[in-house]
Amino acid sequence: MAVSELSLPARLTELFRRIAGGLVTLAITLLGLLLVTFIIGRVVPIDPVLSIVGERATQAQYDAAREALGLDTPLWQQFWIYVRDAVQGDLGRSIRTQQPVLTEITRRFPATLELATLGTIIGVILGVPAGVLAATRPGSISDQIVRLVGLVGYSMPVFWLGLIGLLIFYGELGWVGGPGRLDPSYDMMLEFTMTRYTGAILIDSALNGAWDVFANALTHIVLPAGLLGYVSMAYISRMTRSFMLGELSQEYITTARVKGMPEWRVIWVHAMRNVSVPLITVVALSYAYLLEGSVLTETIFAWPGLGSYITDALFAADMPAVLGGTVVVGVAFVTLNMASDLLYRLVDPRART
Amino acid sequence: MNSPLTLPKAFALAALMACTAPVALFAGTPADTLVLADAIDDIVSIDPAEAFEFSGTDLNNNLYDTLVELDPAESGKMVPGLAESWSLADDGVTYTFKMRPGVTFSSGNPVTAEAAAASLKRVVMMDKTPAFILTQFGLSKDNIEETIRAEGDTVILKTDKPYAPSFVYNCLTAGVAEIVDVKTVMEHEVDGDMGNAWLQSNSAGTGAYVLKSFKPSEGYVLERREGHWRGDAPMKYVMMRHIPEGATERLLIEKGDIDIGREMTPIDIAGVEGNPDVTVQGDVGGQIYYLAMNQKVPELTNPKVLEAMRWAVDYKGMTDTILKGQWVVHQAFLPQGFLGALDETPYHLDLDKAKALLAESGVTLPLNLSLTVRNNQERMDIAQSVQNTFGQIGINVTLDVGDGKQVLEKYRARQHQITLQTWGPDYPDPQTNASTFAENPDNSDEAKATGYLAWRTAWDPGAMGAMAEAAVREVDTAKRAAMYEDMQRTHRDTSAFVLMFQQARQDAMRANVKGFYAGGATDSATYWTVTK
Repeated sequence: MAVSELSLPARLTELFRRIAGGLVTLAITLLGLLLVTFIIGRVVPIDPVLSIVGERATQAQYDAAREALGLDTPLWQQFWIYVRDAVQGDLGRSIRTQQPVLTEITRRFPATLELATLGTIIGVILGVPAGVLAATRPGSISDQIVRLVGLVGYSMPVFWLGLIGLLIFYGELGWVGGPGRLDPSYDMMLEFTMTRYTGAILIDSALNGAWDVFANALTHIVLPAGLLGYVSMAYISRMTRSFMLGELSQEYITTARVKGMPEWRVIWVHAMRNVSVPLITVVALSYAYLLEGSVLTETIFAWPGLGSYITDALFAADMPAVLGGTVVVGVAFVTLNMASDLLYRLVDPRART
Repeated sequence: MNSPLTLPKAFALAALMACTAPVALFAGTPADTLVLADAIDDIVSIDPAEAFEFSGTDLNNNLYDTLVELDPAESGKMVPGLAESWSLADDGVTYTFKMRPGVTFSSGNPVTAEAAAASLKRVVMMDKTPAFILTQFGLSKDNIEETIRAEGDTVILKTDKPYAPSFVYNCLTAGVAEIVDVKTVMEHEVDGDMGNAWLQSNSAGTGAYVLKSFKPSEGYVLERREGHWRGDAPMKYVMMRHIPEGATERLLIEKGDIDIGREMTPIDIAGVEGNPDVTVQGDVGGQIYYLAMNQKVPELTNPKVLEAMRWAVDYKGMTDTILKGQWVVHQAFLPQGFLGALDETPYHLDLDKAKALLAESGVTLPLNLSLTVRNNQERMDIAQSVQNTFGQIGINVTLDVGDGKQVLEKYRARQHQITLQTWGPDYPDPQTNASTFAENPDNSDEAKATGYLAWRTAWDPGAMGAMAEAAVREVDTAKRAAMYEDMQRTHRDTSAFVLMFQQARQDAMRANVKGFYAGGATDSATYWTVTK
């Protein structure tokens, strides 16, 4: 029986059941994630105490630091304390910087979110039409070009593309801003005169009405976001092509064509509706990948985001920071999954049952 | 060819040009702001009582002042800081520092003798890693009220025994001795941390600048203190950006979007040479590269073998190629810039001489040895060069490669045969390196004196230990310098170490930037001298 046929109370119950189920899944996923990361963090051959006190510290100073970090207690106890605090919103203090991890992540995550969102938008805007074009003319020059462009996006190292992009568009042509989120003078303006609402500079500057800062931020984000968008496009266009090819061979498409429906309508309305179901998952996965995986892009573009934060923390055995970052990425992943599930149901009536 | 992707791409590009070109025209750094780029993720703490990393001490040098300080304009010269004069009593243990009048902290609190004494006491009470720089003079939590005290406008420091005054004064120029506004920081104390957490994102000093914002591994912004006792700094703001990637820094400096790039590789530096808008300023750092020969290996105790090894290292070949711009040949345990440093480099690659020495040594050839080295590109390059040249004189070297922790553990457990290591001084006095390279009071395994490099490589320095002890007590600074020179010559020629290189640094600057001082081997960076 489809949900839509149920009475209102039954539908509400069903909705709550789904939300509760989602939350339980989220909790179990996060717990598993934490456990694995925690164990990895404890077996890596880096001594977090040594990275704080340095090689010259006396044994007493070393022991004091070890105790302060709670590393003298049994492993299960350390894990229990961590989970207990995390549930209360306390992700601990970073070993490297001694700042609360939550504060640091709150500062770094919007930078990544801004970049990844723009990158995904670019990826979808370019990737979906390119994939459709390739699918509607398989084997043609257009198809080959889309394939070639996709191949380059897949196979070229991101850091190389980033450096070359910087060299050409920033170094030679001067069309875009350099590494960093803003020019120094605008950075100072942001620091001293603007109210920070979200941490995303494009949004904050717009809300403050600081359009010069907005324009400057745009010149800085356009290249890294374009780069991530390109990588994302490579993936989305290939998947769109494959989904679309599958749909175009279906009987209902032939029927639509026979009935004299315009080709654009056949593709963009009839076929696209079905293609969009798996495509939502593809886009969500690609978005999640950009949220956690843009480390190299962040390094090249001196982008103070979450990816470089987690990487730096890993190298310094800063486990509270690594765990905190992992939780955020995990939450983002699961949330995106749930969102794509929801969208799925909206697009595909069969999924509502 | 009119590919479907060319059109949207061209459109995007045109839109990009339209919206970015006018903005790009205004790029460049503001006239009243010094913009630097560096890798600053080494910072663990910016509380002077705890800061012990290069980037953190560079920052603090501009936020805080010490009682006595090193002159940025003249390497090694000591000048008055927050103390306008100082003296040592005839008893050889009582130091008196007369405070400079009229100086205030950024909070407005006056810098009195009590305030300065409280700051030094705080270091001892907190006992963080760099505290030993002060506690080595016999200061402890138990005696701190007697050993550091204020009397009128003077701070009195009492050491446990007589030391060379230059040793005490040099240690007081170190970052750990920077004077903190204890009254202000104690208002922010949490759980008995003496304001340590608050000082991770705030400053409370007398320096030329005040910390406006600090974001770990991202950057910081400093604002000039108006009416500073040293005179106002020319630059109103200093902005540091964490940019660890050398190629990125190069692009930024070429475009004029940063004023100083501090993390550029020799390749990046070579790339900007010849650019009229960019200058390159060289400086030395305090790190020393050396080989340590474990004296538990019988063949390595043979003086002829050790001497042969000194002639079998391609010092210049390496600094001209793999280490170009980053390390210079240096064959003494004190880095250039230190009191008593030696600039003599008598050893060079001479394989015939090395072979002859090995023949004289009487050891059976080929000699098979392992070289313990950290898995890092630069170190592997050096190790391979040593392996190559040693191989040519009959010493077959196998590389024992490990990560930093494994290599260090092996060295500290005296389990290496030869190891390639670096060492950086802890404070700007020759004692820091003399004590570790040339002192080893108890060479037994049980002593576990891992703080002494001589112990780690099981080398008994003999009479040199007494020489180091005498030098650290020598009152006459010139005589003291001469003692270190003698000691280094003997050490260079007879010890179980082959000293090879000293760190060099290259900072790229926009041509209009003048007066930047990177700090050399003994000091930290100064921003308050910069004009542009």
